[in-house]
This record gives sequence, C-alpha cells and structure tokens, in this order.
Amino acid sequence: MKLRQIKEFVIEKLIFLSGIASILFVVLIFVFLLKEGIAFFREVPAKDFIGGKYWYPISDPERFGILPLILGSLLVTFGAILVSVPVSIACAFYISEVAPVKLKDILKTGIEMLAAIPSVVLGFIGMTTLVPWVKKIFHLPTGLTALSGSIMLGLMAMPTIISISEDAINAVPKSYKEGALALGATRWQAMYRVVIHAALPGIIAASMLGIGRVIGETMAVMMITGNAAVIPQTFLQPVRTLTATIAAEMGETVHGSNHYYSLFAIGIILFVLTFIINITADMFLHRNKK
Amino acid sequence: MSKIIANNLNLWYSAFHALKSINLAFEEKRITAIIGPSGCGKSTLLRVFNRMNDLIEGVRLEGEARIDSENILGGNFDDLVRLRKKVGMVFQRPNPFPLSVYENITFGLKVHHLAKKKDFDAIVQEALESVMLWKDLKDKLRKNALGLSLEQKQRLCIARCIAVKPDILLMDEPCSALDPQATLKIEELMQKLKKDYTIVIVTHSMQQAARVSDDAGFMLLGELVEFGKTVQVFTAPKDKRTEEYITGRYG
Repeated sequence: MKLRQIKEFVIEKLIFLSGIASILFVVLIFVFLLKEGIAFFREVPAKDFIGGKYWYPISDPERFGILPLILGSLLVTFGAILVSVPVSIACAFYISEVAPVKLKDILKTGIEMLAAIPSVVLGFIGMTTLVPWVKKIFHLPTGLTALSGSIMLGLMAMPTIISISEDAINAVPKSYKEGALALGATRWQAMYRVVIHAALPGIIAASMLGIGRVIGETMAVMMITGNAAVIPQTFLQPVRTLTATIAAEMGETVHGSNHYYSLFAIGIILFVLTFIINITADMFLHRNKK
Repeated sequence: MSKIIANNLNLWYSAFHALKSINLAFEEKRITAIIGPSGCGKSTLLRVFNRMNDLIEGVRLEGEARIDSENILGGNFDDLVRLRKKVGMVFQRPNPFPLSVYENITFGLKVHHLAKKKDFDAIVQEALESVMLWKDLKDKLRKNALGLSLEQKQRLCIARCIAVKPDILLMDEPCSALDPQATLKIEELMQKLKKDYTIVIVTHSMQQAARVSDDAGFMLLGELVEFGKTVQVFTAPKDKRTEEYITGRYG
C-alpha cells in the first residue's frame, strides 16, 4: 500500500515537472532575448531602430535602422500569402470534397510529408531552378528577388495550410451539405455558399499558422532573396528579411558590441510579430470550437 | 391523378435489397405518414422522391417513380435541380446553415435565381410568417441561425423550403429531436401547411402518425405492407403484420 502511494506520488510529480519544464524553457528563452535586446535600446531609441531607413551596422558611424528589413520580411510574407492561401484552400476543398476516397488518403499523407522537407533543401531547389527562371522571364540582372522568396515560402506554407484547412472542412457537419443539396443547390453552390462559411474560422487559422511559419523562415529566404538591405519598391528586386539578417550577421559580429545587441533586438521584433500571428490564429481556432 | 406514384420500385444498396417492389400512390394536399420499425426502409423510400439517395455510393434503382406523372428517376442534371426545388425536405435533426436567419431563407432564392434582391425582404417575411416565426424573429433576422432553439431551428428549416415554393414537403422524422411540446407545435404547423402542400412524413412514433396523417403506410423489411386511410390502418388493419406492429408486438 505504502509503496503504491509513493509510486503514484513520484509519477505524478514527474509528469508535473516535465509539463512545467517546457513552459519554463520558453519563458527562459524570452527572458534571455529581452535581457540582451533591451540593453540595445539604451543606445539606440526604439523609434530610430524601427523607423530608421539605413542598416549599416559596421560602418562608421554605425546606423541601425531596420525599416528595410521589416518591409523586406513583410513583402516576402505578403507575396507568400498571395501564392499559398488561394491554392491551398482550393487544394483542401479538392481533397475533402471532390477527390475519390482512395486518392484522398494518398494526397493527405503526401501533403503532410511535404511539410517535413528541410527548408535548406527547398532553398537549394529554389536557387537552382526558380531563381534562373525568374531572371529569364523578367529579364532581370539577378533572379535573387522578393518574388523568388515569396514563391518558395508560399510552397513551404502550403502543407500546413492545406492540412489544417482540410481538417476544418471535414469537420463541417454533413447535414449542412445535405440541406443545401436538398434545396436544389449544386455541389459547387453547396460548397461556396455553406460549407466554406462553416469552415472559415478554421481556414483562417490554418492560413495564419502557415504565415507564422513563413515569417520565421530563415534558410530558404537567405539563399534566394538576395539579402540587400534596401527599402523594397517591387517584388522584382532583392530584399533582406529580419531572420536572414540575424542568421547572416550573428557569426561575424563582435560579442558585446552594439551590432551584437541589435541582432537580439531584431529577435524581439520578430518574436512580437510571430506572437501576434499565433494569438490571432488561436483566437480563430477557438472561435471555431465554440 | 395521384401526386406521387411508384410502380414496382426496387432499390439496392450494393447487394442489400432495401426497397422491394413498392407500389404506392400519394394524394395531393394530404399528409401521408410512413411508419415502421428502424431499418425498414422508410427513410430510403422518402429519399427516392427527391433523389437524395444519389449521394450514396452503390445505390441502384429499378422500377418507376413519378411526380405529377413525370418520371423522376433518370433525367439530366437540370431535372435533378428542378426536382429538388419542387420537393423540399426537412431533416431529422434541424440543420439550418451557419448563416443568418435571413440568409438561410434566401439561400434557395439565390440558388435558383427565383427573385430579385429587392423582393427578398417580402419573401423572408412571408416564409417566416407561414411557419409562425415572424413575430419571434423579426428583430433577429441578422442573427446567426445556430443560436435559435431546436424548435425554432426546425421551423426555420421548413421556412427555408417554403421560400422556394415547392409542391411537396418530405419530412424525415422532423420531431425526433424535439420535446413533446415543440412536437405538438410542429404538428399544428403541418396541419396548416397541408392546405398548400403535399406532405409526406416518415416517423417511428405511431401516435404522431395517428395524430397528423390522413393516409398511412406501414413498411417492414423493405416492403410496403399496408397502405390506406390512417383511420383504417390503425383501427382495422388488413395485414396481420400491421396489426402486430401497431399493437406493439414489433420494434
């Protein structure tokens, strides 16, 4: 009896500890990021940091303006949304409503497997196939552009968006569709007038999660967007994203310098951006459950 | 001429013979009830008349089904849409769309391009009045229909059918999700609707069939065992199996 009680106690505490640990790690990471980043804002005011147009961290005098980087990230992300969301939703509808049962299973598993391709591989594929193609079609001096990044990141976000949207569409009660068909609606009318309405919160959440992945993506964008820290005017010019900046410069900076701390500050900005996106996605998913 | 006619109608789900040589004739502007134990094929029979069985894979039909003497089996895609406009269906569980009350009713109008946008308001009011929901919902037209009570939802589903001006209403156990009081109210509504529509109701409540219907059919294992005036079926059944069922020895 005694032994069993001890066993229960130990197991319970172990589960508790592992649960707490995962939360603790996240908090610690955030604290570390804040601690390193906040120091930077004593040197450079947040206004100049976020609103500054020039990123010359190692020239003299140093300039730490990340506006071009923020705009670079947003542009690439926006392009990726345009590429991925419409196609993904159409694909999710195809899988859940149109495809024959056998094909459905194959497609769903296949698409979920696509999510497992390492981003460096996608970057590599983009570099060798997509980039020369963009260069040729638009007659550009270089194919390393925001457009290439958007297309590649769009492809990366698709598996997430398709898979979760498909779940959302599948979760729509069959009775809605039956009701619509019984009123004389065609399959397409039933889909776009009723089913999509019911699945909309889930589809939006899926898109947000896909976008979250795009904003945080580093390797592929670094390889194919050209990394020029200038304020972008069009999709057809090189841009540099927040993530690529951190990844490219962290290895070369002097530990403890302003440049070093500025990269952490970029990390904070990135963290805030993804946090907002995740919270929004969560709100939609939650609304869906209610 | 009867409104709905079936001649030697057979239906199979793959190998399962679900409807066996059904012959029937339902009259216009009456309520016809189909009763029978679970799995006897009464819902399947109902779904022949708006061809909802088409949705199920492996369904095979033989024989003849006619509405207004027009063959409803076969026919092309347009015929199917026209059929479903003419034959509305109310389901077992109220299934309003996750849209506003207003949009639920205008759904059929939009799908069939039946009216101009400016006439929608009047049609919505008329449809809701005919199911006695107008007073309760006139200030909630923009509210999501999922927030209504079960009874209101079922009335809304009926209103949704009525809005496209069908001839026939098929009701598949329309009260089985409702409490006794709501059931009575829906039954009252059916009596009122009988003036304008031909109603076929499937129910496994014999009391309900006895209360609401003019004609009744009893089904067992895919056969239409008996069909006649409700009074006759319930008080003087011709078939022994019908008698056994209504006296409670089956199902």
